[in-house]
Amino acid sequence: MALPTSSVITLHINGEKHTLPVDHRTTLLDALRERLDLTGTKKGCDQGQCGACTVLADGRRTVACLQLAVAAEGREITTIEGVADGGRLHPVQQAFLDLDGYQCGYCTPGQICSAIGMLAEHAAGWPSAASGDVRPAAAAAPLTAEEIRERMSGNLCRCSAYTSIVEAVARAAGADAATAAAVVPAQSGEAVA
Amino acid sequence: MTTAQRTAVRAVGTGHVRVEGRDKVTGAARYAGDVPFAELGYGWLVLSTVARGRIRDIASGPVLEMPGVLAVLDHRSAPRLETDYVGLLGIRPDPTCAVFQHDTVPHLGWPVALVVAQTPEQAREAAESLAVEYETLPHDIAFDGDRPDARPADGIMPAVTDKGDLAAELAASAHVVDEEYTTPEEHHHPMEPHAATARWEDGRLEVVDSNQGAAWVVGELANLFRLDPGSVRVRSEHVGGGFGSKGVRAHQVAAVMAATVLRRPVRVALTRPQMFALAGHRSPTVQRVRLGADADGRLRALDHRSVSRTGTHYEFVEPGAGVARVMYDADAHHTENRVVRLDVPSPTFMRAPGEAPGAFALESALDELAEKCGIDPIDLRLRNEPATGPVSGLPFAPRNLRACFEEGARRFGWARRDPRPGVRREGRWLLGTGTAAASFPAGAAPSTAAVTAEADGRFTVRTAAADIGTGARTALTLVAADALGVAPERVTVRIGDSAFGFAMIAGGSMGTRSWSMAVMAAAGELRERLAPGMDIPAEGITVRSDTTARLAALTAVERHSYGAQFAEVAVDPATGEVRVRRMLGIFAAGRIVNPLTARGQFTGGMIWGISMALHEEALRDPAFGGPVGADLAGYHVATHADVPRVEADWVDDTDPDDPVGIKGIGEVGIVGAAAAIANAVWHATGVRHRSLPIRPDRVLTAGSDA
Repeated sequence: MALPTSSVITLHINGEKHTLPVDHRTTLLDALRERLDLTGTKKGCDQGQCGACTVLADGRRTVACLQLAVAAEGREITTIEGVADGGRLHPVQQAFLDLDGYQCGYCTPGQICSAIGMLAEHAAGWPSAASGDVRPAAAAAPLTAEEIRERMSGNLCRCSAYTSIVEAVARAAGADAATAAAVVPAQSGEAVA
Repeated sequence: MTTAQRTAVRAVGTGHVRVEGRDKVTGAARYAGDVPFAELGYGWLVLSTVARGRIRDIASGPVLEMPGVLAVLDHRSAPRLETDYVGLLGIRPDPTCAVFQHDTVPHLGWPVALVVAQTPEQAREAAESLAVEYETLPHDIAFDGDRPDARPADGIMPAVTDKGDLAAELAASAHVVDEEYTTPEEHHHPMEPHAATARWEDGRLEVVDSNQGAAWVVGELANLFRLDPGSVRVRSEHVGGGFGSKGVRAHQVAAVMAATVLRRPVRVALTRPQMFALAGHRSPTVQRVRLGADADGRLRALDHRSVSRTGTHYEFVEPGAGVARVMYDADAHHTENRVVRLDVPSPTFMRAPGEAPGAFALESALDELAEKCGIDPIDLRLRNEPATGPVSGLPFAPRNLRACFEEGARRFGWARRDPRPGVRREGRWLLGTGTAAASFPAGAAPSTAAVTAEADGRFTVRTAAADIGTGARTALTLVAADALGVAPERVTVRIGDSAFGFAMIAGGSMGTRSWSMAVMAAAGELRERLAPGMDIPAEGITVRSDTTARLAALTAVERHSYGAQFAEVAVDPATGEVRVRRMLGIFAAGRIVNPLTARGQFTGGMIWGISMALHEEALRDPAFGGPVGADLAGYHVATHADVPRVEADWVDDTDPDDPVGIKGIGEVGIVGAAAAIANAVWHATGVRHRSLPIRPDRVLTAGSDA
């Protein structure tokens, strides 16, 4: 007897329950985009290399293209459509808007979801490759521009709005002053004004 | 209601957040693949797995039996297309777009079939199951600068320019540079893969697409399918990047075919790996630059020859030697673009076609000449500022390159630079700085626009412009507001719809300049018509413009954007790692419409320069003829961690004779950026890198064969 190739699943997305039959091959990304009309999550490569489809699963960033929809059952998924507080933008969204942290906007939902997840990781004390001291007992690394760049490197922006994305993430984190200093390291030659 | 008070405050020149910004940060902006359609069929392209040959058989029968499969289109079943025409940009169609017309396979990744199914999963599995049998023929993709079959070719500019006696001037020169520079195959890779949905409704074809010019795509589709252009509508409201790759491609044509056959909407999206074959790319180049100068650095001889590569089925010339025609003069001046036809996919326009690879070679050679002459690289360039167009002889519109260098040098701290290479060390890093000049033509092409005074006191601008991330929608809002004399909040700009009439594409750094001219004309006339306090009828008052005649009447001059690029790098001689530490670009690019978005466009271009200098390289395997690692892991583009502080700014660049005053800024930012980095690597290490990208292995082995 042939095994079933589809199942009825329930997805929790942005605080809402969605019960739907899905082909077992359906990725979370395609379920969002093609079945639930949540097209804010973008398909940039469909193979986990660009970060455009980054969503939050139980608060942690994940690329929706590498996750099957059936495997997302029971997890609380937050997409770009769910990060604002009603009509009030999330501070990361507001900072991207104000500081022009994007150009074409296609990687933007992934960058914003990734930044929200990244700030939570940083707040939880997780180190990165840019952190000087990665021992468990070490104090949390300050959120320098280097830290932001390292931690956001899974999100490609081909328009290359990286400079303003980093500024936006820093502003949203309330780290303007510290990051502004870190963005201009002491180097040979005059620091650019 | 009646017309309201006008504002005297100018919108152009002050920073404005993007008018569609909120939609973009909330995920509400719908890109081509995001627009829902009932009864949508999903198309999946099947590409050839051989680099040259003939299709013997396509086993569509078993695939048609698979669940959900609606159709398999191939050269035996697809509608016939018309390909004998010249399109809107004056170029003939790329045969790659005329899909499924014959059994010949000219390169790996040639579209051989389209499978359409009810779901994306069904379409993908069916497409991957489709067995295609080929007669394989030997292929040739071996590209180098010595191919005897490389021949001069015009493309978008004449192949050859020549004046003076090169041999005599080189012989009479105190210093000579004669070097070869190479750049690799590069790919655009906008974050949004190409996607189009086609449907027929009431005898009209509608295509929701991701492109750089809706009216352009209409023209191509109408020609290919022998349709009345008036019965075709293309919409492209939000576009996830283009960089030259988003014209007419195989996917739109395949979608229209399938929608025609199936009488239902069909979407075809390219996968990221498919983009390596079907989205176009920048040809590799091999360039030879010979410079001869007097002891004081004045150029006596300039010879720039560039060889690029195209397909056997389509000719596109990457004109690397063109930039010297504008930038530097010499008593003997020779430039030449040649091309060789190989079994590879179609190259196309990619951000600063010609200038990007050409300026890498030329601006590197100038740095080498400066070293030989013992002259500061900026001084060398300023000593060779031409009085008139080196090739055209035309006068320059304001050429503010000197101001760019002076301001850039001041802010970068250039005066304190020790010119000696390889003498600065910081821990494991060798440090160096470099500079290069940038330029890009400021052209314009005919466009139309309509501006409507609405009964509610607002204004609506309609033009078939495209905002591919440039901020064009916002820029045109500001331009229209100033032309109307109202606040930008009262202006709605609608773009990305071929129903608005003909307009220039977002390309060649000509979009915003061309569209602005049309918007200014229509808005200016509307403003004159509106008397204060007059009543606006319910349907509004609309004024249309067409800039064709106005552009034809413009006096020919050399009008370009310019820039001075500065880079500081750190090189680890033990690992070969090169890190860009900071970049500064100062540009002279006309009136800057929106400083907030312009800064990002300049720095984005400069970061493309980092990517070009250090990362990007599509390597083709000679055995199978395709790129190795054809995805975003195998083809590295700069990401956050690669990008340091990059700053762009501009100098005043007023041109009283220019009716627009706005120049394009999408491309000048990449020009010269890779050269500035390569020159900085020399300054750090004392070793010249004449082949891009400057990979760690090249740094480690550099000098060992010198």
